[in-house]
Amino acid sequence: MTPVLRKDWLRVIRLAEGEGFKPPSAEDFVLPPIFGDNAFTTKPIFLAFLAVILISSFFILSARKAAVVPSKLQYAGESVYGFVRNNLAKDVIGHEFMRFVPYLFTLFTFILVNNLFGIIPFLQFPTMSRVSFPYVLAIITFLVFHYVGVRKHGAFKYIKEIMFMPGVPKVAYILITPLELLTFFLVRPLTLSLRLFANMFAGHLLLMVFFLGGEHLLQGVIGLKLISPFAFLIGVALTFFEFMVQCLQAYIFTLLAALYIAGALADEH
Amino acid sequence: MEGTLNLVGFGLAAIGPGIATGLIFAAYINGVARQPEARSVLQPIAFLGFALAEALALFGLVLAFVL
Repeated sequence: MTPVLRKDWLRVIRLAEGEGFKPPSAEDFVLPPIFGDNAFTTKPIFLAFLAVILISSFFILSARKAAVVPSKLQYAGESVYGFVRNNLAKDVIGHEFMRFVPYLFTLFTFILVNNLFGIIPFLQFPTMSRVSFPYVLAIITFLVFHYVGVRKHGAFKYIKEIMFMPGVPKVAYILITPLELLTFFLVRPLTLSLRLFANMFAGHLLLMVFFLGGEHLLQGVIGLKLISPFAFLIGVALTFFEFMVQCLQAYIFTLLAALYIAGALADEH
Repeated sequence: MEGTLNLVGFGLAAIGPGIATGLIFAAYINGVARQPEARSVLQPIAFLGFALAEALALFGLVLAFVL
């Protein structure tokens, strides 16, 4: 496109847009309280409680009439449980895995359901796109894996194994010790939470751009109206992509939590 | 045009971790394809490496918002 043509094209869009399109931004994630001024009654908090109710009622129902020949509901519940127990806990942690299955299972289902709220009609807000939720989950995971390590090795030996990795030349400790300390006490919890937050935040923003943009194009001149179905189409395709990302992020968070626990339990790092 | 150059910087900074993540998973897939029974050994290593590479991109994201 030549510069002149491009300028004309931009002017046409600007004329068609009227007051101009305000793209969605980080401010769209700050939702007002539902009841009065109480900051504890925002949508994400209700969604978190809804997730707890949904998950617990689903698994209580599916386990209530447990039989040798499972019903459909029991099968669904057990396959989720089996996935976390076998693929996440058993493969990663090893022979002591049964102690950590309840925690990992809670983590996985809670994150998964909260993420899926991002694409469920009428709810359509991933709880984890508010950064405080992933922070809390990461802090709990941080406490769990350090507690496990200290219980297993004793505080002194545990810290020593983190700081002085065996099998490394003595000179290299100048570099490795600060890096290892930083990794274990700062980078791990920080990245664990930020990875989940960033994915949910970016995904929700992406969907908003395409759906709000498509809606805005509909209000434009006839040429823009013709383009808007494509924006909606891409939005729908991205919704399926988001579904994949949401499942993947729940899996990765739980897998990394299991990996960190396994690392704290291991005899030599 | 409105906006902040930070986001352009973040886009540039994300190239490195993007390539790194691709390389890690390429190696992981290669390893599993050659030796499927090594999967459970390779998986933690691959994901720890991925977490480390991803951390750099996440630092970039944080700095893009903070600065």
